[in-house]
Amino acid sequence: MKFSVIIDALPYLLGAAVTTIWVSLLGVLLGQVFGVVVCVARQSGGRAADMAGGVYVSFFRGVPLLIQLLLIYYMLPLIGIDVPPLVASVAALGLASGAYVSEIYRGALNAVPHGQSEAALALGFPAQSIWTRILLPQAFRISVPALVNELILLLKASSLISVVGVAELTRTSQTISASNYRPLEIYLAAGLIYLAINGALALFGTLVERRLQQA
Amino acid sequence: MLDLSLLVQYGPALLRGFGVTILCWGAGCLIGMVLGFVLMLLRQLPIKPLRWIIRAYIEVIRGTPFLIQLFLLYSGGPSIGLRLEATTAGILGLGIYGSAYFAEIFRAGYQAVPKGQVEAALSLGMSYGSILRRVIVPAMLVSTIPAIVNMMAILTKETVVLSIITVPELMYEMQTMAAETFATFETILGMALFYWLLVEVVSRLGRRLEARVTRFLTHASPQGSSTETATARA
Repeated sequence: MKFSVIIDALPYLLGAAVTTIWVSLLGVLLGQVFGVVVCVARQSGGRAADMAGGVYVSFFRGVPLLIQLLLIYYMLPLIGIDVPPLVASVAALGLASGAYVSEIYRGALNAVPHGQSEAALALGFPAQSIWTRILLPQAFRISVPALVNELILLLKASSLISVVGVAELTRTSQTISASNYRPLEIYLAAGLIYLAINGALALFGTLVERRLQQA
Repeated sequence: MLDLSLLVQYGPALLRGFGVTILCWGAGCLIGMVLGFVLMLLRQLPIKPLRWIIRAYIEVIRGTPFLIQLFLLYSGGPSIGLRLEATTAGILGLGIYGSAYFAEIFRAGYQAVPKGQVEAALSLGMSYGSILRRVIVPAMLVSTIPAIVNMMAILTKETVVLSIITVPELMYEMQTMAAETFATFETILGMALFYWLLVEVVSRLGRRLEARVTRFLTHASPQGSSTETATARA
């Protein structure tokens, strides 16, 4: 073990960790959008929408992320969309996350008392505002712990995008350890950085949860 | 679309790859469960430092990406004299990764065993070993089977990551085939469909196992408490 190696590599690793963080954040945001759209479509879009949503959820939860990533990475150019690996990666993370998020919201919606939307209907609320003013805000609040958990999972999963050449934390560790022949130190450092980010996220999650419980 | 003659040409390699996938998955699950169970038991001992170490182990494994763990084991291992073949490293990596999750699953199951059952067994003069074997483990198994099956399905998906450290499993063979035939997209699409099916099969088999193991719960039992713990988690 030579710790000086870690010190030398640290600026690069931290820079790469920033990429990891914002790729994961973008993935989660995209996942939120997909998740909400799919969840709402499945609940109120009729049978066809429910089935399509079901296939989407089943596919993205059943197929390993690495394969989804490669699929999107190679599929986009085929249909004429030439995107950098970073965009393909964010799209893949977002699609995968969306499947889980839509299930999180489905569970959370079940926890919102049925009487509320019935009452809103009786008061003449249009369907759209029942969603945006009554159901989704409450579902979001209920699902905060699960969503933070999802962010942590996605952050770990983002290590896989190193495969398509995005210079995030894992890829950068690979590059550095290939040039200085010190894989043990570099991967340990990378692991600790992941651990620190996830620890901070978990803490953040607990704080937000406590805050929402008070409100 | 995919040329069928390619399947004939690459069939044996793909089958071999699938064999390695199943081997890694099976051995990884086994190591993960055994190690996880031992960790859970050790955690019950009233030795504080030991508990901290196990807790730290679980947090570290669950807080870092599987890929980084694999790289540490496979590329970092030789620095401390741990020289493993890719497949061995892959199996061990899956086992270690799984053990942290299984330890937590088993812990939840252990805690869900009604205290009264253990006390009753103690008052009947049973030794700790036989209480564990005849009271705790069976009850634990019933209440945790959905979580165990879920974890096994997750590990099925994680096996593809082993291709990155050149374990010659299905994904690796498929990528070789894709690179040699230039039928990249078709191959990956085929893979996606295949794994979708595989994970579905694992989950279905798991659900059947679950139904079988929890079969006795559907009979009316005068002892309500154990029924409640088991179904609450399902």
